[in-house]
Amino acid sequence: MALYRAHVLVCGGTGCVSSGSEGVLTALKERIAAKKLDNEVMVVPTGCHGMCEMGPIVVVYPEGVFYCRVTPEDAQEIVEEHLFKGRRVERLLYKESETLKGVPNYKDIPFYSKQVRVALRNCGYINPDNIEEYIVRDGYAALTKVLTEMQPADVIAEVKTSGLRGRGGGGFPTGLKWEFCARAAGDKKYVICNADEGDPGAFMDRSILEGDPHAILEGLLIGGYAMGADEAYIYCRAEYPLAIKRLQRAIEQAKEYGLLGDNILDSGFSFDVHIKEGAGAFVCGEETALMASIEGQRGMPRPRPPFPANKGLWAKPTNINNVETWANVPTIIRNGGAWYAAMGTEKSKGTKVFALTGKINHTGLVEVPMGLTIREVVFDLGGGILGGKKFKAVQIGGPSGGCLTEEHLDLPISYESLTAAGAIMGSGGLVVMDEETCMVDVAKFFLEFTQAESCGKCVPCREGTKQMLLMLNKITSGEGTLEDLDTLEELALMVKEMSLCGLGQTAPNPVLTTLRYFRDEYEAHIVEKRCPAGACSALLRYIIDPERCRRCGLCAKACPVSCISGDRQTPYVIDQDKCIKCGACYEKCPFDAIDRR
Amino acid sequence: MALSVEEVVSKTKEIVAPWKDRQGGLIPVLQAVQKEFGYLTPDAMRTVSTEMRIPTAEIYGVATFYAQFHLKPRGRHVIRVCRGTACHVRGSLKILDKVKETLHVKENDTTEDLRFTLEPVACIGACGLAPVIMVDDQTFGRLVPDKVPDIIAQFE
Ligand SMILES: Cc1cc2nc3c(=O)[nH]c(=O)nc-3n(C[C@H](O)[C@H](O)[C@H](O)COP(=O)(O)O)c2cc1C
Ligand code: FES
Repeated sequence: MALYRAHVLVCGGTGCVSSGSEGVLTALKERIAAKKLDNEVMVVPTGCHGMCEMGPIVVVYPEGVFYCRVTPEDAQEIVEEHLFKGRRVERLLYKESETLKGVPNYKDIPFYSKQVRVALRNCGYINPDNIEEYIVRDGYAALTKVLTEMQPADVIAEVKTSGLRGRGGGGFPTGLKWEFCARAAGDKKYVICNADEGDPGAFMDRSILEGDPHAILEGLLIGGYAMGADEAYIYCRAEYPLAIKRLQRAIEQAKEYGLLGDNILDSGFSFDVHIKEGAGAFVCGEETALMASIEGQRGMPRPRPPFPANKGLWAKPTNINNVETWANVPTIIRNGGAWYAAMGTEKSKGTKVFALTGKINHTGLVEVPMGLTIREVVFDLGGGILGGKKFKAVQIGGPSGGCLTEEHLDLPISYESLTAAGAIMGSGGLVVMDEETCMVDVAKFFLEFTQAESCGKCVPCREGTKQMLLMLNKITSGEGTLEDLDTLEELALMVKEMSLCGLGQTAPNPVLTTLRYFRDEYEAHIVEKRCPAGACSALLRYIIDPERCRRCGLCAKACPVSCISGDRQTPYVIDQDKCIKCGACYEKCPFDAIDRR
Repeated sequence: MALSVEEVVSKTKEIVAPWKDRQGGLIPVLQAVQKEFGYLTPDAMRTVSTEMRIPTAEIYGVATFYAQFHLKPRGRHVIRVCRGTACHVRGSLKILDKVKETLHVKENDTTEDLRFTLEPVACIGACGLAPVIMVDDQTFGRLVPDKVPDIIAQFE
């Protein structure tokens, strides 16, 4: 490889691409060529840096200067000032939220300083389309070590020592699961990577697939060797076209390098990887449904046992792990299980990737050791609540998870602590909510999701979620009764108890936790017919204050149903019977003369 | 423009051929058929059934189970409005309403001129930029309702 004096990394993750990073990449290349710097400076498109909110992101090494919200027009300044004259472009630096001072170095930005990146270690550092960049970062070293120095049982022992647990939601100890599959009788076995990432609000798997596809291949290879499997499937959502493209490319390259295929590195071990595109059903993330889908059937879960380790894909012993789980494996093998187990809490070892979203300043992806508190993650890394509003709750674990409140802010994050509080780790989506989020609406939102995604096989899930949703609709439209709350709770517990698979067993969680921590909000909807957060439109009233109205008429123009009347002389009024509560007038009024109650 | 039945049948046979004697081919075959014709036409499904020796009822069952398969023609462009959690708390419902209002189209429906199909989806995976929509393969983030008409105007 040629030597360059500087590297310019341009984020090519989905977030930055949609903010226009491809234009930035082209502009940088053009400018660099124009200045004849192209044999000294290399421009590298990378995977996601995690701080999607501040994208498009450009990082210049060796200094590690972090530029955010870069536009193609800024490229010229970066090239001329920074790369040519060696002066940082202060204007584009990340600004500290309080002092508004620019933070030049990547490592000093609070969003990054508390992170420990294992699963995400290459995301944003390397060009995912180039296997050599992965290899330079010790890629495939773990595979070599495993094939030349370790017996399959040693590999499993190492993973057990690491304490790694499934990152797909369940948190089952990975080493133990591998051991079950390794011990299962049969000469044909499969390993599967679950890249269905169905939880809305979580996108860590996507970033890993797009930013570091070889780590997943290496993880699968190591797992295959340990369990005696010679074939792998990666089941990836069709909504992630870029991830699929990068995986295909990675597989081709690994084959060219002799790291996939027959007799890998002359060890006698052969291994092949296939990609399967999902077809758009949340329940297919559940392992037995996923396997049914690979087999070409409707993706419906089946009761376990038998577990996949004994009877999985095409009835052969199969081991299925999540993307993030697989991505941790190579580093665990390289650094040793004990190294990984030194991080985290007593029962939840290592690091976990969280997707910070919602009403938070720095939305994006962070990887932190287990045991950090929710406050540290939301306020220190996430930069606190958007617009200085008040924190109300954080929803953890997607549609199967729950909402936690202010009193949980100092809870150290681990599988056990979250479950005890009524939420779950899930895939690691943290959706932050502020005072303007209505918790009844949130519960309804999740139930709409699970209700629509219920596969319909078992009655408690199919009918129970439907009835719960009807009750929540009744409450948010102001027609609920206090008895409904008891019925709702009873039904929720029943659905939780009696459903066939994880979808139904966890679907009531958002309802149960909001009932537990925000019962007063439910009661306000029922008794006072009022939505305290001002989010449930059926309970809202928009009223024009005649004193403040300047009779400009903008509200009447904005109203899609023409229910506002008035003229230059008479203040405008809203016909409450016709109003559809869309809020268009409220947003348009230049004088804040409209009240929302 | 419209293909004749014979053309549909022969094209479908070509798609099925490599999967004939292999396991687990139905979903990839349907994906390829849909890519070819834009949706799963009745003729194509019947051909898949006879060629792969799978009952039509089973094919129909699979096709209706997955959100990705369509039994009706679709617009030239697909607008996917994210209704995931992150987008919901940042106001995606208003974006959806704006799209509906601008195009006079309902969820999961297609405009009369076959220009757009509107699909609410669970999460696009760009939650950091919520609220987000996707038109075909392009993602647009940090939206407010007023930006919607401009985006729509970019697609003919
Ligand atoms: C309804 C439902 C949806 C699921 N969705 C996913 C998913 O999108 N991704 C995932 O990795 N696991 C998902 N799971 C968990 C899988 O069933 C399985 O436990 C996991 O892939 C095992 O891998 P792990 O041990 O590495 O976590 C889901 C489970 C249920 C019940
Ligand atoms: S919730 Fe909208 S992109 Fe994820």
